[in-house]
Amino acid sequence: MSVNIDNMVKVFERPRSLTDAQFSYCPGCHHGLVTRIIAHTIDEFGIQDRAVVVAPVGCAVNMYEWFRCDGIQAAHGRASAVATGIKRVSSNLIVFTYQGDGDLAAIGTAESIHAANRGENITVIFINNQIYGMTGGQMAPTTLLGQRATSCPDGRNAELAGYPIRFAEMIAQLDAPVYVTRQALYDQKRIVASSRAIRKAFQCQIEGRGYSLVEMLTTCPTNWRMSPVEANSHVMNEVIRSFPLGDLVDRY
Amino acid sequence: MAQAAICAGCRAYFGYPITPQNEILEYMATHMPAVGGAFIQAESEVAAINMCYGASAAGVRTMTSSSSPGISLKMEGISYIAGADLPCVIINVMRGGPGLGNIAPAQGDYFQATKGGGHGGYRVIVLSPATVAEAVEIVMLAFDLTDKYRVPVMILADGMLGHMMEPVVLPEPVDLKCLPGKPWAITGARDRNPNIVTSYAIDPGDLNQINTKRQSQYQKIEEKEVRYRETETSDATIAIVAYGTVARIAGTAIRMARSQGIKLGMVQPITLWPFPYAQLRALSSRVDTILTVEMSAGQMVEDVRLAVGDRAETPFYGELGGLVPTPKDILREVQCNVS
Repeated sequence: MSVNIDNMVKVFERPRSLTDAQFSYCPGCHHGLVTRIIAHTIDEFGIQDRAVVVAPVGCAVNMYEWFRCDGIQAAHGRASAVATGIKRVSSNLIVFTYQGDGDLAAIGTAESIHAANRGENITVIFINNQIYGMTGGQMAPTTLLGQRATSCPDGRNAELAGYPIRFAEMIAQLDAPVYVTRQALYDQKRIVASSRAIRKAFQCQIEGRGYSLVEMLTTCPTNWRMSPVEANSHVMNEVIRSFPLGDLVDRY
Repeated sequence: MAQAAICAGCRAYFGYPITPQNEILEYMATHMPAVGGAFIQAESEVAAINMCYGASAAGVRTMTSSSSPGISLKMEGISYIAGADLPCVIINVMRGGPGLGNIAPAQGDYFQATKGGGHGGYRVIVLSPATVAEAVEIVMLAFDLTDKYRVPVMILADGMLGHMMEPVVLPEPVDLKCLPGKPWAITGARDRNPNIVTSYAIDPGDLNQINTKRQSQYQKIEEKEVRYRETETSDATIAIVAYGTVARIAGTAIRMARSQGIKLGMVQPITLWPFPYAQLRALSSRVDTILTVEMSAGQMVEDVRLAVGDRAETPFYGELGGLVPTPKDILREVQCNVS
């Protein structure tokens, strides 16, 4: 049977604000989903010509190559300070950071908390996969108790390494943040909710309301030593017990 | 220096308190918002320099200031700024070190400023004022140079200059609209391809190419931007090399020496990088002795000796720990070195 392409209706396509460059994420990793949701959000708001991606150090280090918008690479942990610098001199730009758990909640704790506390009108996308992915699977500040990593081969021990940091809850104690939420991507319902959350976080900035942070619980099948399906189930069954989902601040 | 920066068109300042340079931060807190610029007292020097990185990438004339221990913290960010070819002015009001040291004037950061400081092999243009009036001129120059070459500029002052009051004539403020455009800046990808500001290049061939291009920019700066001041060198048999506060004190020592019949002159490098190697080499064939004086154990003297070789004697005199040499101290060293 022959198919007439002219009669076909396009129901799904690559977001316009993504370039043709291929993501460098591993198969089954949720990074790709989040990146795509952000691109879709930029499309929806029509802000490609004023969006600025602040790329982190880690698996998304060159994410500015994937977006058709201006971009800047930040030193490990410093994305919120870099975003602050841009936004304070160019309030018309829509500036978002994309930071991992080591970036945001370990080396960049000070920059991240103080940008939130000043209520900088930026959007922070926080990727919490409980591991250092790019460097090969070391313990993160968010690594679960008992979870194995290359730098805690017997599992995270609270006596030696403390407890997983709930960064969104810490930020939620501050007066300035407008919208702080934690989301996951392990099923369709969660993906829709995550899309809505990211959309709202951008909306906060576009309307000049102030600081927003979306913490995404994501998978790292490669460094968790799991299949993508197992990794998905692990988020659903284990991770959300340490990191409960939902909105923590909503002053929108 | 803060007002000079505003006159030069600086519209973003980020800093963190540290003695002896708090006056810049405090001045900016009032005066930067008054001209519609951005001011933040950051949570750390690390954050401040990264805010500079962002603001500069957005195309605005940007400055931070600190003192020695704080400058060490900024080194990560300065390396990124250099690696991303961004303009930025950094003022270092040097104090005694290493470590916490003290808050007295010192010149122990010469190596850090002129030989890179942070990781990876880069240069910053280093300018050194000896008086408040020179500081004003140098701040104006710093913003022009950093924009022209897209290389960060560090101004090396010290605690003496930082706490000095002198009358100055402030320059006319530059017209922001007349400054050269920055087509590389992050301003939103409207009617153009996206602009990317990064120091990252995973491919060794790419990074090699980027670094080689940057080195040729450094070479251009070495050829065109050497600045120095010569005082009474035409008939000198002995010359001092000193920068900043020490050069100012040495000026008095020259008058004292001349009244005793000692033919003393001075070369004061204004640019510590690029360093006036050729000028010192030329001088070394005319004088017997080139005495380097610093408020350190001897850092710039290495560059002086590199320039002079064995064409003249190259003794060194330094004070450590935040002690400031007096004109008499310098004269004594001169007398010791006159045959």
